[in-house]
Amino acid sequence: MALKGVIERINGSLVVARFEEEPRIGDLVEVGKLGLMGEIVRLSGRNAFIQCYEVTSGMKPGEPVIDTGTPLVAELGPGLMGNIFDGVERSELEMWRMVGPFIKRGVRIAPLNRDKKWYFEPKVEKGEKVVGGDIIGVVQETEYFQHRILIPPHLKGEIVEIEGGEYTVNEPIGTLKTDEGEEVELKMMHTWPVRMPRPYKERLPLTIPLITGQRVIDTFFPVAKGGAAAIPGGFGTGKTVTLQQISKWADADVIIYIGCGERGNEMADVVTHFPELTDPRTGRKLIERTVIVANVSNMPVSAREASIYLGVTLAEYFRDQGYDVAVMADSTSRWAEAMRDLSGRLEEIPAERGFPAYLADRIAGIYERAGRVVTLGSERRVGSVTIIGAVSPPGGDFSEPVTTHTLRFIGAFWALDTELAFRRHFPAINWLRSFSRYIEVASVWWEKYEPRWMQLRARALKILEDASEIEETARIIGEKALPDEQRLTLLIAEMIREGFLIQNAFHEVDRYCDPEKQVKLLKLIMDFHDAVEPLIRRGIPIERIRALKVVSEIMRVKEEKGVEPIEEMRKRMRREVSSLAGEYGVE
Amino acid sequence: MSLREAGLVYKTVREIRGPLLFVEKVRDVAYDEVVRVITPDGEEVLGSVLDVSRDYALIQVYGETGGMDLNVGVHFTGETLKIPVSDELIGRIFSGSMKPLDGMPPPISTDERDIHGGVINPAARAVPSEFIQTGVSAIDGMNSLVRGQKLPIFSESGLPHNQLAAQIARQATIPGREEEFAIVFAAMGIKHEEAEFFRREFEKTGALNRSVMILNLADDPPIERLITPRIAQTVAEYLAFDLDMHILVILTDMTNYAEALRSISIAREEIPTRKGYPGYLYSDLATIYERAGKIKGKKGSVTLMPILTMPGGDITHPVPDLTGYITEGQLILQRDLFLRGIYPPMNVLPSLSRLMKDGIGEGRTRKDHADVSNQLYMAYAEGTRARGLVRIVGVVGLSERERRYLEFADRFEREFVNQGIYENRTIEQTLDIAWDLLSMLPEEELIRIRREYIKEFHPKYRRAG
Repeated sequence: MALKGVIERINGSLVVARFEEEPRIGDLVEVGKLGLMGEIVRLSGRNAFIQCYEVTSGMKPGEPVIDTGTPLVAELGPGLMGNIFDGVERSELEMWRMVGPFIKRGVRIAPLNRDKKWYFEPKVEKGEKVVGGDIIGVVQETEYFQHRILIPPHLKGEIVEIEGGEYTVNEPIGTLKTDEGEEVELKMMHTWPVRMPRPYKERLPLTIPLITGQRVIDTFFPVAKGGAAAIPGGFGTGKTVTLQQISKWADADVIIYIGCGERGNEMADVVTHFPELTDPRTGRKLIERTVIVANVSNMPVSAREASIYLGVTLAEYFRDQGYDVAVMADSTSRWAEAMRDLSGRLEEIPAERGFPAYLADRIAGIYERAGRVVTLGSERRVGSVTIIGAVSPPGGDFSEPVTTHTLRFIGAFWALDTELAFRRHFPAINWLRSFSRYIEVASVWWEKYEPRWMQLRARALKILEDASEIEETARIIGEKALPDEQRLTLLIAEMIREGFLIQNAFHEVDRYCDPEKQVKLLKLIMDFHDAVEPLIRRGIPIERIRALKVVSEIMRVKEEKGVEPIEEMRKRMRREVSSLAGEYGVE
Repeated sequence: MSLREAGLVYKTVREIRGPLLFVEKVRDVAYDEVVRVITPDGEEVLGSVLDVSRDYALIQVYGETGGMDLNVGVHFTGETLKIPVSDELIGRIFSGSMKPLDGMPPPISTDERDIHGGVINPAARAVPSEFIQTGVSAIDGMNSLVRGQKLPIFSESGLPHNQLAAQIARQATIPGREEEFAIVFAAMGIKHEEAEFFRREFEKTGALNRSVMILNLADDPPIERLITPRIAQTVAEYLAFDLDMHILVILTDMTNYAEALRSISIAREEIPTRKGYPGYLYSDLATIYERAGKIKGKKGSVTLMPILTMPGGDITHPVPDLTGYITEGQLILQRDLFLRGIYPPMNVLPSLSRLMKDGIGEGRTRKDHADVSNQLYMAYAEGTRARGLVRIVGVVGLSERERRYLEFADRFEREFVNQGIYENRTIEQTLDIAWDLLSMLPEEELIRIRREYIKEFHPKYRRAG
């Protein structure tokens, strides 16, 4: 029996309603004559404070409110892949078909299509004992992606009936008899409350880097599968392009892309371009492994708050199937602002910059849902959720609350730099301010390409650091006045910047760089350094070294396909250097 | 006949605080409903409901509350704020709340639209990709505008942002096509002479016949500015998505809009975030800016160019800062360039067009466009760095290479960025100027440009070929 109430007050997205009996906090409600979606966020006796997920214009006190008795849940099952949802999991593709190109209020759309039939292939037999998390069958959801149908967590018993065939998500595919003797219908979909982390058996240490094909990330500031990373930067520094690059090229099985309070045209960009691009590893279209949550900036702020939880819940569901999932959250600052907005309307006492005092807890709560785990189920299965969050600090100032709190809970920090962005150095990740706590993890993995990877990385980073100090001096006395050893450092740093760190997201070859090529490129530059350094020490002027034809060629070799051109370049470099040495009679 | 239609007027205003009215003993009032506030001398002012309980409503008034007393009448209309739309709006001039200013009768139409508009479903958006040639090199060459984009001009008072906006409005075309933009122009709190400048410019070029002007000027009620840009966007949306037209919307000055929003927020005693602006400034601005775009299956488009003056030239001020987070790039005008006589005084380094990549290249502009633009950025950044050095070590302290870039930066500003207010350059002309400048650098330094493009477009090879 649904609990009923009436509206007492409307203040923007906040609606106060008086119920017949005390309702439950966190319950989903239908608000007003239009039946808009809302969630109870505070109780005061029989008065409930409701965060309404749709625009409340035209609503009046006295209109009815109905408590649905369930919290905000995500529907999980076939039909997620390639779809695009709002913050409360309404399919925007479906909404477009139903009501046209403008979003309408009060439209009810089941998240998963109820009419579409999927071919279900059972993986268990009658009489088998199963527990929550067990795979009972599979659905080939896209050409590339196999959706594994799970027993929902907390359910266990014996399969009484199960049969393959064409089903909709809501039709029974079998029956399960619980230990208590109760018979439960099994369906391909189940639901899960978005604010509650999905359970797993145990957490595993992180041992594998997520390879993104982006050199500055993979080589210098890697993130581990199951780890968390943040990418803060002022506007125009390339947060979104970087996140899009990662979601295109990262070696994850599933990508959840959350557009949280950002631009509509960017979502259109993802929706338009992902179906055109192919995964370099599987050869399949990228959209086949991607789910998009798009609650853009002019959609209701309250649904924006929910969108991050929805995205992470979807990720956990795919993790439980044994997949490596990467979540892009763009932008967590807009999510935090949505919280601030609601907090203000609830007249809570703010902490810093108007944000509620529980901001840090909420941020932690999200990033802690990242991890590499042994999933539920009787057979051992490992899956991971990696969370990468964009942060949009006001004025590009990293000392603001969202950035500082985020820093406490993440393992990789990619600090974007306005100065770099101005010179169109992209990705504009500042190598002096960024860090990664996953270097140890990555070094073991990288050994198969380069046994001395740690040293290679450290030496390159040292040159970049030294160069920035030398530049400070150069700014005062001029580069010309520096000793040639220091000018060599500047030259090598420039070669690392231009030839390695800068990566053109829109260049048909350079946009993705595989690990082998990353190592070879960096090694080529460092070998060049080692080859010319003795020459400098023997008095050959830096101008002559800079004038070597191979210098600019090394900076361009990243644009060539494969690693052979790098080996060619190495030979050429040796030839040019020894010819220069010969000219000066240096061995 | 309901009480409402009978014109029930409440005389129960309990408090007037700034632009806010607190009304008691109301019944059946809807959130966001439009009200008419009637002053004792019979004048009517628009307002809308901000907060409503069973017997009490909080109203923001879009006109002056100065001179009002607690005896004002409040009439609830039962409607949200709507404007009539039809093709007859084109060529007209209205006040910031849609009253005719051109001596013609008010527009009448059976088709009315809510000024808050709908949200374009992200799944239904088409990616903007048609290059707009503005004839301004600094824009076309390095920060290209595309149809359906929102690209603001960040400026300072006294800089020629109006001239630039008018030039863009005058010259914007899609190369190879004859369609012209219709213009929706909304002014928020700008001076009479500025509005007059735009009117004259539009008149001179015949653009007035295909424009709608909505004017809230400096001496008009500040709170009215909250609805002016929304009216403009509603008109634009109608013309674009119902009548298949291509619309360029110019909103000036968004800083004044934000100040009006701030004054409401302060009157409501909301917790401010930065510089007194409310926490929802971002979301609020988004509800205006995000209405630009293109829709799959529809012919028309809304391209948006907001102009805002940065208080104190500070780009980290909340208004430019939050705008930059919503819009697809920004064009930044700077005083030092202006003082050096560069028009448009646009600093291309912090300027950006995010949608440029989809609008340029082979078949749209020219295949070398992206690389050339990248190389110009890199070279100009080098040059400005060298310029900074000169102040400390003098030109003699520079290396040969630094000197070359210094000269490049000077020539870039004088020859590429600088142009006439009535000079309309084709994209080919713009790119040719760029190549001419780049050819002063050694060829091996042009590492951002593909080799085959160098061979095809570098003046050295073109002359030889």
